[in-house]
Amino acid sequence: MIRFNHVSLTYGNGVSGLKDASFHIPRGQFVFLTGHSGAGKSSILSMIIADQKPTEGEVKVSGYQISKLTAREIPRLRRRLGVVFQDFRLLEYRTVEENVAFALEVTGARHESIPNRVMRALTQVGLASKARGYPKELSGGEQQRVAIARALVNDPHILIADEPTGNLDERATRGIFQLLREINAGGTVVVMATHNMELVRDTGYRTIELKGGRIVYDSGVDDAEAAP
Amino acid sequence: MRHRTPLREALLVFQRTPLLSSLSIASIGFSLFTIGLFFLVALNFRRALDVLAERVEVVAFVLRGTPTEAISQATQDITAFPEVLELRFVTEEQALARARRELVEFREAYRDLEVNPLPASFEIRLKPQFRNAKQAQAVAERLRGFPFIEDVRYGRDWVERLDKLRTMAAVVGLVIGLAFAAVAIVIIGVTIRITVLQRAKEISIMRLVGATNNYIRGPFLIEGAIKGILGGVLAIVMCWVTFYVFRQTTGDTGATLVFFGTLQMTVMMLFAIGIGLGGSLVSVDRQLRSV
Repeated sequence: MIRFNHVSLTYGNGVSGLKDASFHIPRGQFVFLTGHSGAGKSSILSMIIADQKPTEGEVKVSGYQISKLTAREIPRLRRRLGVVFQDFRLLEYRTVEENVAFALEVTGARHESIPNRVMRALTQVGLASKARGYPKELSGGEQQRVAIARALVNDPHILIADEPTGNLDERATRGIFQLLREINAGGTVVVMATHNMELVRDTGYRTIELKGGRIVYDSGVDDAEAAP
Repeated sequence: MRHRTPLREALLVFQRTPLLSSLSIASIGFSLFTIGLFFLVALNFRRALDVLAERVEVVAFVLRGTPTEAISQATQDITAFPEVLELRFVTEEQALARARRELVEFREAYRDLEVNPLPASFEIRLKPQFRNAKQAQAVAERLRGFPFIEDVRYGRDWVERLDKLRTMAAVVGLVIGLAFAAVAIVIIGVTIRITVLQRAKEISIMRLVGATNNYIRGPFLIEGAIKGILGGVLAIVMCWVTFYVFRQTTGDTGATLVFFGTLQMTVMMLFAIGIGLGGSLVSVDRQLRSV
């Protein structure tokens, strides 16, 4: 599903985001990316969603080679991914259901199918009753659930979550994490960047730890090497 | 849940950000108003020059005693010149009568004449596109080729001065017009850029969920075109009000000063729409490259 092969990323201003990173995430896996700010977590995520191209090495996501993606192929890749951010990134002037529908509209989904698919995604995150509300009327945890519904509505192969619980209290954090686990149980790869080591410790999921742009620990290194 | 088409999306922006949208339309309107006013002045100046150019006339004086047949033949030949709009043959008697009528200060001198000193002549008015020194000179040279033509006059100095004035007006008009247009494009571009920047978050979300660049551009282009249309209409209305007030103030009845015709207004509207579309396209594409 996701393969990094000796990948380095240096930003335009000369700052190094990632150095010689190699790992493989197979279908159905839940992976934590951990490390301090600037460790390289966001660099990995930004290459997975093709927001950045590697300076060296090769990144393959769902069959697409990121460094060779054309401008036309980037949207196609992103439709196979769901992305969730710490700051939710919802559009305040749209209702909850419109925010979720937005992800379908931009992909040219059939209009008749949109309401059902939106409602299914909102039901999955437990927010069907708030479909007509606006984001500002919701709690942080609920807003993140809307963002997750938006990420899920296209039935992505991979869900990328960049510090999805960073702005949430303990209870909401647990709720969001449980939701991500359920999504993963359905076969979707989940890659979650987090600072929350408590969350990481409680689960048996694979953890890739980064420091100064390098991978310093990968609990699933054997799986990765064994994978095709 | 209502489906959002690019048109509906564009129209909702006006509802969501009425102040910013109004400011964009006003900026397009006022920028085009400035250009419009300048071109209105240029249009009327050019019209005044054209009225002056109507006086460009080539006069060929005929030798005394030229046979009538020769005059008739020459009349046909000269009328066939491509430059000639109108040809009039003025006999010696008609020339004298006109001199007595028009040259009041010499009326006494002309009254007692026993011999008419004034020659017969061909008076030639040129077609509008030939009313310049070069063409008048060419017609004069051809007329001198007739053996019975004594002299040809076309007010050379005056026509050359008119030519210079026209060239200068065209160059100054073009340079200032382009400068005004450039300033308008910059002002409008900055205004549209602000509206796009205000929606940077929306653009970045669209990209993240897999929208193609064309999909993202759609509502912005429609919005730009609508702003262009409204700004263009605003500019034309302001130009007309200014023109009307000026005409009232100067007491012009409509015979001297002219307003834009359909063609000029269409060009102005197309420019407004083009600038709205172009500004939006450039701003969105810049934003697309940065997210």
